[in-house]
Amino acid sequence: MKILVPVKRVIDYNVKPRVKADGTGVDLANVKMSMNPFDEIAIEEAIRLKEKGAATEIIAVSIGPAKAQETLRTALAMGADRAILVESDEEVEPLAVAKILKAIADEEAPGLIILGKQSISDDSNQTGQMLAALMGRPQGTFANTVEVDGDHVTVKREVDGGLQTVKLTLPAIVTTDLRLNEPRYASLPNIMKAKQKPLANKTAADYGVDLTPRLTTLKVAEPPVRKAGEKVADVAALVEKIKALGIA
Amino acid sequence: MKTLVLVEHDNTKVHDATLAVVTAAGKLGEVHLLVAGHNCGSVAEAAAKIAGVGKVHVADDAAYANGLAENVAPLAAELMGHHDAFLAAATTQGKNIAPRVAAHLDVMQVSEILSVEGPKTFTRPIYAGNAIATVESTDAKLVITVRGTAFEKAATEGGSGTIEAVSGAGDAGISSFVSSEIAKSERPELTSAKIIVSGGRALKDAETFEAVITPLADKLGAAIGASRAAVDAGYVPNDYQVGQTGKIVAPEVYFAIGISGAIQHLAGMKDSKVIIAINKDEDAPIFQVADIGLVADLFAAVPELTGAL
Repeated sequence: MKILVPVKRVIDYNVKPRVKADGTGVDLANVKMSMNPFDEIAIEEAIRLKEKGAATEIIAVSIGPAKAQETLRTALAMGADRAILVESDEEVEPLAVAKILKAIADEEAPGLIILGKQSISDDSNQTGQMLAALMGRPQGTFANTVEVDGDHVTVKREVDGGLQTVKLTLPAIVTTDLRLNEPRYASLPNIMKAKQKPLANKTAADYGVDLTPRLTTLKVAEPPVRKAGEKVADVAALVEKIKALGIA
Repeated sequence: MKTLVLVEHDNTKVHDATLAVVTAAGKLGEVHLLVAGHNCGSVAEAAAKIAGVGKVHVADDAAYANGLAENVAPLAAELMGHHDAFLAAATTQGKNIAPRVAAHLDVMQVSEILSVEGPKTFTRPIYAGNAIATVESTDAKLVITVRGTAFEKAATEGGSGTIEAVSGAGDAGISSFVSSEIAKSERPELTSAKIIVSGGRALKDAETFEAVITPLADKLGAAIGASRAAVDAGYVPNDYQVGQTGKIVAPEVYFAIGISGAIQHLAGMKDSKVIIAINKDEDAPIFQVADIGLVADLFAAVPELTGAL
């Protein structure tokens, strides 16, 4: 069974995003970029399934600028077998990403597609579900545990207030939540080896997908600024303040 | 504009999350509801009483009992033939189903809206709320998820909607529900709690975290949260994590105890109405966003506070 894992290059989660002065977006110039944390978890899960013998090949895909190659090399260094870069300098919306991934899945016929539940850039949380709908396949979103058994996968999902377990017929789509696993670091020898692994360069046109955005961003602004309040002198003063809020 | 709101429920009761979505939908036009479930008559009746609701479409079928997206999304997509906008709460349930509906309709979803600025224009947080985007949809139909904390809840009484039975394709035959483990804690759930008490790395270890944070949370009837540092150090399980890669919360009151205020934590809680911080480092970044700050050793201050409340 092949596993397809899409990965996205995003601002590193430790960097505070800055809104551009002209309000057109977030400034990505000279900012540290990394693999979307949820996608790292997706790659890790694919590797663990391969190590368990449930998968034979892991294909990492990224849709983004030429520099997304670095993100794919990271995936290869972690343990993916080969990579596909679908190059686009424009921001590609989840619906178009899902259409490109569907076209790739039609060619590669993976048994599982594991995606991060959302990117920490646009926070859409859509791509996996859209891909599942376009393919007419089941989805195990916000996965906490993934177990492949014959022609099924059982996914324990993180839902509000607890966990839900669903059984899906393969091929299936899984999106990762934080608790699924802890991604490994790529070792230096594996980073060197990753440079030799195959990476195919494609464009959206190769898959016949129209990238015209459906949403127009009119403005990007800083959120309302929170002003620091006051410091109180001691616990007694804090108790007064809390009582004034009417919660105790 | 005719809107269709996905009602979130457990086949017995309407979840509160739906009420804020009804308010958001009301800003766009006529509000119709979709109740997809099994033996869910009481949900439909309660839904029809929500203020401002017109029609309640009820699909009662074993295939919809557990809200499986594979079964519910085609039903919703079909009903969208005579509605202009589909709205769901930005909960795990809504997030699971809405994008699937959007793909069926070939529409780009607008996720987690904070406000309705026009018939097709909305604001939404990006980068975990570090930026707010104003976006306009060019699609013929809208698919939207709604952040519950950004809209008032509609009243649960006063409506007089009409209930109409509908049927869909039922079981798509590709997924099945196995089980659910819903925590039966007396404590409120983190993302819907009115008060949250969160602890950070300064709590030292799991036992100390429990001994210091839990009594205060109990006293206030609060949910318990934690910073990533506290989770990584193993003081509490991962599902306590508030932050960019954890849970995004916006309670009435947020207590940050022994939390320095790393960017990724602030991203998850800075929309709280009132932030109260206790930290012994007076230069901790948490004080830049806190409404009320106390510079003190938490091991003395928190028990004293708990005792005094």
